[in-house]
Amino acid sequence: MESYALLLGSTLSAGTVLAIAALGLLINEKAGIVNLGAEGMMLCAAIAAFATVVHTGSFALGLLAGMAAGAALAALFGVLVIWFNTNQYATGLALSLFGVGFSAFVGIGYVQARLPDTPKFSWPLLGDLPVVGQALFRHHPLVYLTMVLVALMVWFLYRTRAGLVLRSVGESPESAHALGYPVRRIRLAAVMAGGALCGLAGAYVSTVYTPLWVEGMVAGRGWIALALTTFATWRPARVLLGAYLFGGVTMLQFHLQATGVQVASQLLSMLPYLATIVVLALISRNPAWIRANMPASLGKPFYPGS
Amino acid sequence: MNPTPHSAPAAPAAGEPPRLQLTGITKRYPAVVANDGVSLTVRPGEVHAVLGENGAGKSTLMKIIYGAVKPDAGQVLFDGRPVQVRNPQEARQLGIAMVFQHFSLFDTLTVAENVWLGQDKSVPLAEVERRIRATASEYGLDIDPLRPVHTLSVGEMQRVEIIRALLTAPRLLILDEPTSVLTPQAVDKLFVVLRKLAGEGCSILYISHKLHEIRALCTACTVMRGGKVTGVCDPSQESNASLSRMMIGAEPPQLAHRAQAPGEVVLRTRALSLPVADPFGVALIDVELAVRAGEVVGIAGVSGNGQKELLQALSGEDRRAEAAMVQLSGRNAGRLGPRRRRALGLHFVPEERLGRGAVPTMGLAHNLLLTRGDAVGAGGWLRMGRLREQARGIIERFQVKAGGPDAAAQSLSGGNLQKFIVGREIDAGPKLLIVAQPTWGVDVGAAAQIRGEILRLRDQGCAVLVLSEELDELFEICDRLHVLAKGRLSPSVPRAEATVARIGEWMSGLWHAEVQAHLGAGEVGHAQA
Amino acid sequence: MLKLEARPQASRLWSYGSPLLALAITVLIGVALFAALGKDPVRGLQVFFWEPVKSPYALGELALKATPLLLVALGLAVCFRSNIWNIGAEGQFVIGAVAAGGIALLADKTTGPWIVPAILVAGVLGGMAWAGITALLRDRFNANEILVSLMLVYVATLLLGYLVYGPWKDPMGYNFPQTRMFERVTQMPKLFAGSRVTIGLPLALAGSALLWVFLFRTRAGFALQVGGLAPAAARYAGFSSRRALWAALLISGATAGLAGALEVAGPIGQLTPYVPAGYGFAAIIVAFVGRLHPVGMVFSALLMSMFYIGGELAQSRLGLPKSLTGVFQGLLLFTLLACDTLIAYRVRWVGARGGLR
Repeated sequence: MESYALLLGSTLSAGTVLAIAALGLLINEKAGIVNLGAEGMMLCAAIAAFATVVHTGSFALGLLAGMAAGAALAALFGVLVIWFNTNQYATGLALSLFGVGFSAFVGIGYVQARLPDTPKFSWPLLGDLPVVGQALFRHHPLVYLTMVLVALMVWFLYRTRAGLVLRSVGESPESAHALGYPVRRIRLAAVMAGGALCGLAGAYVSTVYTPLWVEGMVAGRGWIALALTTFATWRPARVLLGAYLFGGVTMLQFHLQATGVQVASQLLSMLPYLATIVVLALISRNPAWIRANMPASLGKPFYPGS
Repeated sequence: MNPTPHSAPAAPAAGEPPRLQLTGITKRYPAVVANDGVSLTVRPGEVHAVLGENGAGKSTLMKIIYGAVKPDAGQVLFDGRPVQVRNPQEARQLGIAMVFQHFSLFDTLTVAENVWLGQDKSVPLAEVERRIRATASEYGLDIDPLRPVHTLSVGEMQRVEIIRALLTAPRLLILDEPTSVLTPQAVDKLFVVLRKLAGEGCSILYISHKLHEIRALCTACTVMRGGKVTGVCDPSQESNASLSRMMIGAEPPQLAHRAQAPGEVVLRTRALSLPVADPFGVALIDVELAVRAGEVVGIAGVSGNGQKELLQALSGEDRRAEAAMVQLSGRNAGRLGPRRRRALGLHFVPEERLGRGAVPTMGLAHNLLLTRGDAVGAGGWLRMGRLREQARGIIERFQVKAGGPDAAAQSLSGGNLQKFIVGREIDAGPKLLIVAQPTWGVDVGAAAQIRGEILRLRDQGCAVLVLSEELDELFEICDRLHVLAKGRLSPSVPRAEATVARIGEWMSGLWHAEVQAHLGAGEVGHAQA
Repeated sequence: MLKLEARPQASRLWSYGSPLLALAITVLIGVALFAALGKDPVRGLQVFFWEPVKSPYALGELALKATPLLLVALGLAVCFRSNIWNIGAEGQFVIGAVAAGGIALLADKTTGPWIVPAILVAGVLGGMAWAGITALLRDRFNANEILVSLMLVYVATLLLGYLVYGPWKDPMGYNFPQTRMFERVTQMPKLFAGSRVTIGLPLALAGSALLWVFLFRTRAGFALQVGGLAPAAARYAGFSSRRALWAALLISGATAGLAGALEVAGPIGQLTPYVPAGYGFAAIIVAFVGRLHPVGMVFSALLMSMFYIGGELAQSRLGLPKSLTGVFQGLLLFTLLACDTLIAYRVRWVGARGGLR
């Protein structure tokens, strides 16, 4: 019973990383921009946050530093893609490759560093419940804030005029431009907001989830987050669900090892990646469904014309 | 927002300043001077046409008025006061509204949401819905605010654009080529709406190249050619010939039409039916078509009625039809791809030129390889010398103005590129040529040339199928006409017996009633030719 | 204020000039970085741009490193030109190496030299099979090839790990995760005495020539490019997008697998968890910087291997971290993408009034 509580609890925190990054990518994609640089942004944010906590001792500052790093890199990407009209896929890839190298470079001095202990969080009363308490109510506040974030995004995207404008930019930037909306500035804002969220996810990874620094520690979660937005057909609530699902699959490997399943650890580690592939295949099978839900201008360059 | 007042229509009072006055507007682009010292005066309550062929500079001028483009020189006066319209929001605040030729709509959003996005003040969505219903009923523009835009027909989409403009209480309404997506009956309804608006004091700028429409609707006209104003007149006092002279400097070119006895059936479709491929598409239902050698068959119809789907089924890009549904010279071809159909003599000029008919960044010679294999040797080896020679030949024969066989397709003007693409297909000596929108967006000279080539091809015994939204064009070059409406094809009617009114009715799918009536009265219906 | 104006025709000058400008900017940033790290910038430049080419032996090492980069990039160029984003070349490289290693492990002291082509073929087939998975999923399920191929990189790396920690571990290897060293007969034949350059080099150069012919003198190559430039035109012409998908992925899987085989049966000589050296990703940069052109990529492969070797030298001689290589490579791609704008656009200086949104 204990181990299931542990599994559920670890699923929530593993899923939180994916969820925050995927929500950031969702905002990007709703505006029509696909940012393949998620992995690079998360890694740079991870080292930025880690270094900040090492030097200042403040976890809050660390998270903020991560968000700032993510937003800054996203801004660079955004300017290239939105004003210079460089190919979105290639530029995002460049960002990822650069981010991997840059974070490794900056992180050299921090490989052996240790962080001060994270304060323990627990909901009053609820946290003390047997089994359920450990599973659900003793997580870092960010885990719960993520759920709030999802609700906020749903409200923003579907109940406010600003959200409608954002969606219309993703649907048809030409039409939005013809109506007089500052399409490029809106897209840049979306890209930077997305970058900040990816940065937050990266910061969470290195300061709370596994509080250490290792080169490449994000281990592909940025890419999985990209797959998540497609899997969730660009809807925030489904992103959260998908994130927990993937988090669960990732945690399953440890659970299986703990219960003595006789499979090599490397093969078990393949689970999240294989699951991503399977899910992608199943979801993409219906092109009509994708067409109806995907922001129509996703990945395409926008020329404001003369 | 105050709804437009229902006051009695008033003639513009003497001494009232013009609603809009442009003086010396100039706009230069790297390759061309789009507007050169253009002056324009529109009085309050006037329906003012801006006439000119494609490339004359009308669209640029409208974008300047609407604030989407900044002029290099010149002045804009609105109600007598100089204004600087820096963006569309400022234009809307002044009371300038625009209905675009290419709709600025968002397919997955509802009508109300689309209209809401076109408003500036933060009015709640529910209020916008109410106002849409009110305006729609006032002007007879039937539309449901809660429908997603992708479910609407093209004509209905235009109504959304118009309502979006009307809700801003405009004092100047600009319409850019509004009738290309309307049936003749819908055009009449639109004119009723516009006259009502004008009567309420709103000025209307009506951009078009269709002479008879301008003469029917407008009381003033500014004619443009090559970026300059070549004349100002009252179109109701002018003839088609005189307007044409102002527009292109000459009378409309006449085409020689020789009577021809059509030969064998080259293309036949048998009960061609295809379900939709794409959630926003149209299904084809029981299309029966036959095209003979030596005749030009036209298919009329407003876009969005299955033209795209029919063309893809005929060209081989869509191979879901059963083999026998499409027959080329008697052979079942429904499952053959474009290359096999070309081998059987079918050549196709698509509606979209850059991006489909030609690869924009590749040279003209390379673009030949899309549909012509003459310069390809064994094993797919490309003989570049022969290819360039072939391209030069086509450029010369069809008088394409281009920088040579390696000029990028995107460097040619619209008309010249179309001449090249049409030339490429005609040069192949096809047995059947299918052309979609042959002269859309093409200047009058090139358009006449292209139509002439089509007729020449027909005279040489080729079968030609033309799909076009321009009824005038179809009447000019076709021997027989069909109408495509909602995925169904009407029976054909010989040109001599086709009238605009009748074709217009058929565009609403009303040929069944007519066929029934004819059969009932003992006349033989115009079934398959 | 700067304004971008579209050119009617792509600028040939900038097609060649853009990579050079990008390199110049990257070097400038590099110099600044050296200075910021307290190292002599001149020495830094020397280590990166002079040392790798100053002797025939150094040139041989340069060619040796450039070979897998070029091979993988050739295949990637086919993919990127068709607008198929194969990001998983690293995984195809690894599986090629695994397949090659598997065959190499079969050799014993009595095996003849026939094993060398067998190893290469195994590498090619392994890479093709791995890329084929991506092709299948995209063909059948319309799954995004970027994500699938990338996930497969992680799977491939884990598979290699499983094999070298498990079934293929050298029983006499002191429990290190590695296979035994391959027999001498499996080693790739060297070209010249005194240099480690193998037959991989002429293979790569031949591949480059073949690619040129394929892309620019065959209809199949033309069809592939049209598919990437204007998919609607490709459909109009009747070029099969499915054929293009499979051809592109299988070709790039083959070249990546071949590169993996050459590495593992060449310089490395055994299978270890360190076989994935990031060539699959670096080759993406090689491909772009080389303008996806067979000749350009030869030069950009040499440039990238200069970065690799320079990075190693910088570590041993200047005490700079090896990850500097990754930073420069990423920077180069970024600056290249920015400079490429100049090919399609002209930069104009416009007064404050003249701009629009």
